[in-house]
Amino acid sequence: MSGTILLFAVTAAQVMLAAAMALALGRMIRGPRAQDRVLGLDTLYVNTMLMLLVFGIRTGSTLYFEAALIIAVLGFVATAALAKFLMRGEVIE
Amino acid sequence: MSHAADLPLWAAIPVAAFLILGAALTLTGSWGFFRLKSFYDRIHAPTLGTSWGTAAIVLASMICFSVLQSRPVVHELLIGIFVTVTTPLTLMLLGRAALYRDRAEANPDVPAFDPPKGSLAVSVEGEAAAGRDG
Repeated sequence: MSGTILLFAVTAAQVMLAAAMALALGRMIRGPRAQDRVLGLDTLYVNTMLMLLVFGIRTGSTLYFEAALIIAVLGFVATAALAKFLMRGEVIE
Repeated sequence: MSHAADLPLWAAIPVAAFLILGAALTLTGSWGFFRLKSFYDRIHAPTLGTSWGTAAIVLASMICFSVLQSRPVVHELLIGIFVTVTTPLTLMLLGRAALYRDRAEANPDVPAFDPPKGSLAVSVEGEAAAGRDG
Protein backbone atom coordinates (compact mmCIF):
# COMPACT_ATOMS: atom_id res chain seq x y z
CA MET A 1 0.00 0.00 0.00
CA SER A 2 2.64 2.53 1.02
CA GLY A 3 4.79 1.36 -1.89
CA THR A 4 1.98 2.12 -4.34
CA ILE A 5 1.36 5.58 -2.89
CA LEU A 6 5.04 6.44 -2.96
CA LEU A 7 5.56 5.07 -6.48
CA PHE A 8 2.66 7.16 -7.77
CA ALA A 9 3.87 10.32 -6.00
CA VAL A 10 7.48 9.92 -7.13
CA THR A 11 6.46 9.30 -10.74
CA ALA A 12 4.09 12.27 -10.76
CA ALA A 13 6.77 14.51 -9.21
CA GLN A 14 9.31 13.39 -11.81
CA VAL A 15 6.93 14.09 -14.68
CA MET A 16 6.12 17.56 -13.28
CA LEU A 17 9.79 18.40 -12.71
CA ALA A 18 10.68 17.22 -16.22
CA ALA A 19 7.97 19.52 -17.62
CA ALA A 20 9.37 22.38 -15.51
CA MET A 21 12.86 21.69 -16.87
CA ALA A 22 11.50 21.70 -20.43
CA LEU A 23 9.79 25.07 -19.84
CA ALA A 24 12.98 26.60 -18.41
CA LEU A 25 14.94 25.23 -21.36
CA GLY A 26 12.36 26.64 -23.77
CA ARG A 27 12.72 30.12 -22.28
CA MET A 28 16.50 29.76 -22.35
CA ILE A 29 16.42 28.96 -26.08
CA ARG A 30 13.79 31.60 -26.92
CA GLY A 31 15.53 34.48 -25.13
CA PRO A 32 14.86 37.19 -26.19
CA ARG A 33 17.78 38.81 -24.31
CA ALA A 34 20.87 37.64 -22.49
CA GLN A 35 19.39 38.15 -19.01
CA ASP A 36 16.45 35.89 -19.91
CA ARG A 37 18.86 33.14 -20.91
CA VAL A 38 20.85 33.50 -17.67
CA LEU A 39 17.64 33.35 -15.62
CA GLY A 40 16.56 30.31 -17.65
CA LEU A 41 19.84 28.58 -16.84
CA ASP A 42 19.35 29.37 -13.13
CA THR A 43 15.81 27.95 -13.18
CA LEU A 44 17.05 24.87 -15.04
CA TYR A 45 19.73 24.34 -12.37
CA VAL A 46 17.20 24.49 -9.53
CA ASN A 47 14.76 22.15 -11.30
CA THR A 48 17.54 19.65 -12.01
CA MET A 49 18.62 19.75 -8.37
CA LEU A 50 15.05 18.96 -7.24
CA MET A 51 14.86 16.18 -9.84
CA LEU A 52 18.01 14.61 -8.35
CA LEU A 53 16.51 14.78 -4.84
CA VAL A 54 13.42 12.95 -6.13
CA PHE A 55 15.71 10.35 -7.77
CA GLY A 56 17.32 9.89 -4.36
CA ILE A 57 13.95 9.16 -2.77
CA ARG A 58 13.14 6.76 -5.61
CA THR A 59 16.32 4.70 -5.34
CA GLY A 60 16.76 5.05 -1.58
CA SER A 61 20.44 5.98 -1.88
CA THR A 62 22.04 9.12 -0.44
CA LEU A 63 24.50 9.46 -3.34
CA TYR A 64 22.09 11.70 -5.24
CA PHE A 65 22.05 14.17 -2.34
CA GLU A 66 25.73 15.00 -2.89
CA ALA A 67 25.20 15.55 -6.62
CA ALA A 68 22.26 17.85 -5.82
CA LEU A 69 24.37 19.85 -3.35
CA ILE A 70 27.14 20.30 -5.93
CA ILE A 71 24.61 21.43 -8.52
CA ALA A 72 23.17 23.98 -6.06
CA VAL A 73 26.63 25.43 -5.29
CA LEU A 74 27.73 25.54 -8.94
CA GLY A 75 24.43 27.09 -10.00
CA PHE A 76 24.86 29.93 -7.53
CA VAL A 77 28.43 30.64 -8.62
CA ALA A 78 27.56 30.42 -12.33
CA THR A 79 24.59 32.78 -12.09
CA ALA A 80 26.50 35.31 -9.96
CA ALA A 81 29.41 35.30 -12.42
CA LEU A 82 27.09 35.65 -15.44
CA ALA A 83 25.19 38.53 -13.81
CA LYS A 84 28.50 40.24 -13.10
CA PHE A 85 29.51 39.72 -16.71
CA LEU A 86 26.23 41.20 -17.99
CA MET A 87 26.73 44.25 -15.80
CA ARG A 88 30.39 45.02 -16.44
CA GLY A 89 31.51 43.06 -19.49
CA GLU A 90 34.08 41.07 -17.48
CA VAL A 91 33.92 38.74 -14.50
CA ILE A 92 37.04 39.61 -12.51
CA GLU A 93 38.31 43.18 -12.73
CA MET B 1 11.78 0.65 -5.55
CA SER B 2 11.85 -2.17 -3.01
CA HIS B 3 12.66 0.04 -0.03
CA ALA B 4 9.35 1.88 -0.44
CA ALA B 5 7.43 -1.10 0.91
CA ASP B 6 9.43 -0.81 4.17
CA LEU B 7 8.04 2.68 4.71
CA PRO B 8 5.02 2.65 7.05
CA LEU B 9 1.81 4.23 5.79
CA TRP B 10 1.93 7.15 8.26
CA ALA B 11 5.28 8.18 6.75
CA ALA B 12 4.45 7.43 3.10
CA ILE B 13 1.46 9.81 3.05
CA PRO B 14 3.35 12.99 4.12
CA VAL B 15 6.29 12.06 1.86
CA ALA B 16 3.94 11.69 -1.12
CA ALA B 17 2.04 14.90 -0.25
CA PHE B 18 5.23 16.96 0.09
CA LEU B 19 6.63 15.53 -3.15
CA ILE B 20 3.49 16.42 -5.12
CA LEU B 21 3.30 19.87 -3.49
CA GLY B 22 6.93 20.72 -4.22
CA ALA B 23 6.88 19.46 -7.80
CA ALA B 24 3.59 21.23 -8.55
CA LEU B 25 4.89 24.54 -7.17
CA THR B 26 8.09 24.21 -9.19
CA LEU B 27 6.09 23.47 -12.34
CA THR B 28 3.87 26.51 -11.67
CA GLY B 29 6.92 28.71 -11.27
CA SER B 30 8.53 27.47 -14.47
CA TRP B 31 5.25 27.84 -16.37
CA GLY B 32 5.00 31.45 -15.21
CA PHE B 33 8.63 31.98 -16.16
CA PHE B 34 7.82 30.70 -19.65
CA ARG B 35 4.71 32.73 -20.36
CA LEU B 36 5.06 36.10 -18.54
CA LYS B 37 5.73 39.05 -20.85
CA SER B 38 8.55 41.20 -19.48
CA PHE B 39 11.84 40.22 -17.87
CA TYR B 40 10.98 42.05 -14.64
CA ASP B 41 7.79 39.97 -14.36
CA ARG B 42 9.61 36.77 -15.24
CA ILE B 43 12.31 37.19 -12.61
CA HIS B 44 9.68 36.64 -9.86
CA ALA B 45 8.24 33.37 -11.14
CA PRO B 46 11.05 30.84 -10.55
CA THR B 47 11.29 31.85 -6.88
CA LEU B 48 8.20 29.70 -6.33
CA GLY B 49 10.40 26.70 -7.03
CA THR B 50 13.31 27.93 -4.96
CA SER B 51 11.22 28.67 -1.85
CA TRP B 52 8.44 26.17 -1.19
CA GLY B 53 9.28 23.89 -4.10
CA THR B 54 12.71 23.17 -2.63
CA ALA B 55 11.47 23.21 0.97
CA ALA B 56 8.72 20.64 0.32
CA ILE B 57 10.95 18.20 -1.60
CA VAL B 58 13.71 18.55 1.01
CA LEU B 59 11.17 17.86 3.77
CA ALA B 60 9.90 14.79 1.89
CA SER B 61 13.47 13.50 1.50
CA MET B 62 14.21 14.11 5.19
CA ILE B 63 11.07 12.28 6.36
CA CYS B 64 11.71 9.37 3.97
CA PHE B 65 15.35 8.75 4.96
CA SER B 66 14.77 9.43 8.67
CA VAL B 67 12.08 6.72 8.81
CA LEU B 68 14.01 4.27 6.59
CA GLN B 69 17.26 4.53 8.58
CA SER B 70 15.54 4.89 12.01
CA ARG B 71 17.65 7.95 12.86
CA PRO B 72 17.26 11.66 12.18
CA VAL B 73 18.73 12.47 8.73
CA VAL B 74 19.12 16.23 8.45
CA HIS B 75 21.82 16.75 5.82
CA GLU B 76 19.17 17.74 3.23
CA LEU B 77 18.69 20.89 5.31
CA LEU B 78 22.03 22.07 3.85
CA ILE B 79 20.47 22.27 0.38
CA GLY B 80 17.38 24.02 1.71
CA ILE B 81 19.35 26.66 3.63
CA PHE B 82 21.83 27.19 0.80
CA VAL B 83 19.16 27.69 -1.87
CA THR B 84 17.10 29.97 0.40
CA VAL B 85 20.12 32.17 1.16
CA THR B 86 21.60 32.39 -2.33
CA THR B 87 18.48 32.85 -4.50
CA PRO B 88 17.67 36.45 -3.45
CA LEU B 89 21.32 37.32 -3.89
CA THR B 90 21.62 36.03 -7.45
CA LEU B 91 18.26 37.42 -8.53
CA MET B 92 19.03 40.89 -7.13
CA LEU B 93 22.38 40.85 -8.95
CA LEU B 94 20.70 39.74 -12.17
CA GLY B 95 17.88 42.28 -11.81
CA ARG B 96 20.34 45.12 -11.26
CA ALA B 97 22.40 43.98 -14.25
CA ALA B 98 19.28 43.88 -16.46
CA LEU B 99 18.21 47.33 -15.23
CA TYR B 100 21.69 48.68 -15.91
CA ARG B 101 21.64 47.26 -19.45
CA ASP B 102 18.16 48.64 -20.13
CA ARG B 103 19.17 52.10 -18.87
CA ALA B 104 22.41 52.04 -20.85
CA GLU B 105 20.46 51.64 -24.08
CA ALA B 106 17.76 54.14 -22.92
CA ASN B 107 14.95 51.60 -23.05
CA PRO B 108 11.67 53.53 -22.52
CA ASP B 109 10.10 50.62 -20.56
CA VAL B 110 12.27 51.18 -17.48
CA PRO B 111 12.40 54.32 -15.34
CA ALA B 112 15.39 56.52 -16.01
CA PHE B 113 18.14 56.98 -13.45
CA ASP B 114 16.64 58.78 -10.45
CA PRO B 115 19.33 59.82 -7.95
CA PRO B 116 18.37 60.55 -4.33
CA LYS B 117 17.82 64.21 -3.40
CA GLY B 118 20.95 66.08 -2.41
CA SER B 119 23.35 63.68 -4.08
CA LEU B 120 26.23 64.78 -6.25
CA ALA B 121 24.53 63.71 -9.48
CA VAL B 122 21.59 66.07 -8.88
CA SER B 123 23.78 69.14 -8.37
CA VAL B 124 25.91 68.32 -11.42
CA GLU B 125 22.77 67.84 -13.53
CA GLY B 126 21.32 71.09 -12.15
CA GLU B 127 24.45 73.01 -13.05
CA ALA B 128 24.43 71.51 -16.54
CA ALA B 129 20.79 72.56 -16.96
CA ALA B 130 21.60 76.08 -15.71
CA GLY B 131 24.50 76.25 -18.14
CA ARG B 132 22.21 75.28 -21.03
CA ASP B 133 19.68 77.94 -20.00
CA GLY B 134 22.33 80.64 -19.87
